[in-house]
Amino acid sequence: MKRNDRIRREYLSRFANRSYFMQGDESVAYGSLYAGCDFFAGYPITPASEVAEVMSAELPRVDGYYIQMEDELASLSAVIGAVWAGAKAMTATSGPGFSLMQENIGYAVMTETPCVIVNVQRSGPSTGQATKPAQGDIMQARWGTHGDHEIIALAPNSVQECFDLAIEAFNLSEEYRTPVIILMDGEVGHMREKITMPPVDKVKIRERKLTTGDELLFGGELIPPMAEFGIGRFIHVTGSTHKESGIRDVESQQAHHTLVTRLCKKIADNRDRIIRFEESCLEDADFAVVSYGATARPAAGAVLRARSEDKKVGMLRLITIWPFPESKVRELGARVRKIFVPEMNLGQLSREVERFVGCEVVSIPKIGGIAHTIDEIYSALKGEV
Amino acid sequence: MPEGLDRKEVAEKRRHRLFKYLRKEVLPTAFCPGCGCGIVLNCYAHPVDELQLDPNDIVAVTGIGCSSWIPSPYFLRDTLHTTHGRPIPFATGVKIMQPEKTVVVIAGDGDLIGIGGNHLIHAARRNVDIKVFLVNNLIYGMTGGQLAPTTPLGISTTTSPHGNVEHPFEIAELIAAAGASYVARWTTYHVFPLMESMQMALTQKGFCFIEIRSQCPISYGRRVGKRTGSEALQEYKESSVRIEDATEMSPEELVGKIIIGKLVKREKEEFTDNLRKLNLELRTRKIGRGPEEWSLS
Ligand SMILES: Cc1ncc(C[n+]2csc(CCOP(=O)(O)OP(=O)(O)O)c2C)c(N)n1
Ligand code: SF4
Ligand SMILES: [Mg+2]
Repeated sequence: MKRNDRIRREYLSRFANRSYFMQGDESVAYGSLYAGCDFFAGYPITPASEVAEVMSAELPRVDGYYIQMEDELASLSAVIGAVWAGAKAMTATSGPGFSLMQENIGYAVMTETPCVIVNVQRSGPSTGQATKPAQGDIMQARWGTHGDHEIIALAPNSVQECFDLAIEAFNLSEEYRTPVIILMDGEVGHMREKITMPPVDKVKIRERKLTTGDELLFGGELIPPMAEFGIGRFIHVTGSTHKESGIRDVESQQAHHTLVTRLCKKIADNRDRIIRFEESCLEDADFAVVSYGATARPAAGAVLRARSEDKKVGMLRLITIWPFPESKVRELGARVRKIFVPEMNLGQLSREVERFVGCEVVSIPKIGGIAHTIDEIYSALKGEV
Repeated sequence: MPEGLDRKEVAEKRRHRLFKYLRKEVLPTAFCPGCGCGIVLNCYAHPVDELQLDPNDIVAVTGIGCSSWIPSPYFLRDTLHTTHGRPIPFATGVKIMQPEKTVVVIAGDGDLIGIGGNHLIHAARRNVDIKVFLVNNLIYGMTGGQLAPTTPLGISTTTSPHGNVEHPFEIAELIAAAGASYVARWTTYHVFPLMESMQMALTQKGFCFIEIRSQCPISYGRRVGKRTGSEALQEYKESSVRIEDATEMSPEELVGKIIIGKLVKREKEEFTDNLRKLNLELRTRKIGRGPEEWSLS
């Protein structure tokens, strides 16, 4: 049992079955507490600061630790350090801070450090429209850190789902020993909705596998067990290419190949277990909308309106963005005539959809910090279906 | 060879008594001949041995650079070899979660002062209980001798071929001003005071910082006419001034001198202690049930 488990459960029990009206940022923070997060390091940034605000208030009450670092490089550094010392840890940021975290995201991938990074996306590049939402970091989440790797990224579309996916993100990171990104957007982060918190015992939590003897910590099996500092193994954690023991080996082509392909495989081979999506009105659809995050809300409205006019349009809402649900999208592309992809960027996921389908893909981009309206998506559909 | 002993046993017998602190599978070290890193490694092993620290109670955290190889992989303890410039925030995360551990950072000037300088002053400000042994060779050694924020004015490096036009940091003074609990400066010539100083840092609570002036004959020394380790040590011997004596000297007299000794030693609330105190205190504070009470607003 974790160090602070009793105190945490006791404290969280006050929320059981109660409903609150709160922001997505606050909800993702409470979901993380339910998941067992006991360490948060971050740096203020709109529209993600509320995550830190809740964590700074609540973590000390569950005997966890909050620290405001001097920047986002330091924030993710502290998170990773804390994990090797036994924590379940997270950070939260937005575009500029997410850019600063990229090097250490790669470090977490390479060292197989479970941790959760919330990115409440805002309009960029650069300072862009600092207070306005966007979905412009889809590709940065996938490829922002250098080198070959796989990543897990989840995109909630409601305040309740921020809570649920926070738990899921921790579970996935623990199970696959990998960083997981919660790709929120400023819209979902700042909107207020009703959320109902579950009894803490009803939440299924998956914990990291810890070594019990002298197993290899960086190889030997697809997902090796972890160790914490202080158990007498004199463990060696490095972002350099390493042998299965953890000791650096940067000269051997074979060592690098073995390590990096395993890191990719542990996620790629488990796609089906990781990937989540939601389908609606797709059984008889000739046309499909593929959407995610806040944009999935007006998209769902547009699909309903099209249905009310007897147009055979359905919707696939991606909950998992990475690994990309390629087989689902491929299968969908084989049975509809057109796929529409509304998103708050200039077509980042739309191009990913194109890679897997033969049918036409119509991007419905919108940038500038204002979400699509139902009308906008509906008019884009109407001309084409 | 004494009778009844085979070659292996003799070799074992002649082993340095601190050899047990090294990760054998990674030896010999990759340090260049005459490099100061070996001296620092040796000096570090002494207080660790002297203090009889439980092997499971030390975590070494390091960055990227030759100096970062002193704890990783060479020193046989739990080791977190992090990204360039970031060992201090990584170490802060470790220390928060495992406050009973002695958390040590050993890394270079490029790492800790250059790319990671902001973390260094903030950790000193927080007074987080980590021990930082900065190996200051005045250069980016590993990458081939580029200008560092510690390189003196006028020195030509691979990226200041016409001579350095920047002023260097006086890093020990900066960290003392930033709020550390213990700050000292020594050189690789002063091995015994350095060991003592390390021992002091390992036992004193709070942020403890030792600037160790160290030689890099390959990427720095040969550009300034000190091609060997021994020439550098000779210079350290001749140009060092004890801090007690330095206070009596004029700024002109101190030009080109290295001021050695303890700059600061003070008692101060430690950061992770304060975190824990807060958690304990909150246990007894009354907490309401509604959002008005559990949120800050
Ligand atoms: C983000 C990043 N930038 C640059 C580098 C390249 N790099 C590796 S070591 C180093 C300098 C190391 O200098 P220092 O810390 O003084 O160590 P030394 O080799 O002198 O002991 C640099 C710039 C890197 N690894 N990562
Ligand atoms: S380059 Fe300099 S610092 Fe690096 S090992 Fe060689 S002598 Fe030492
Ligand atoms: Mg250096």
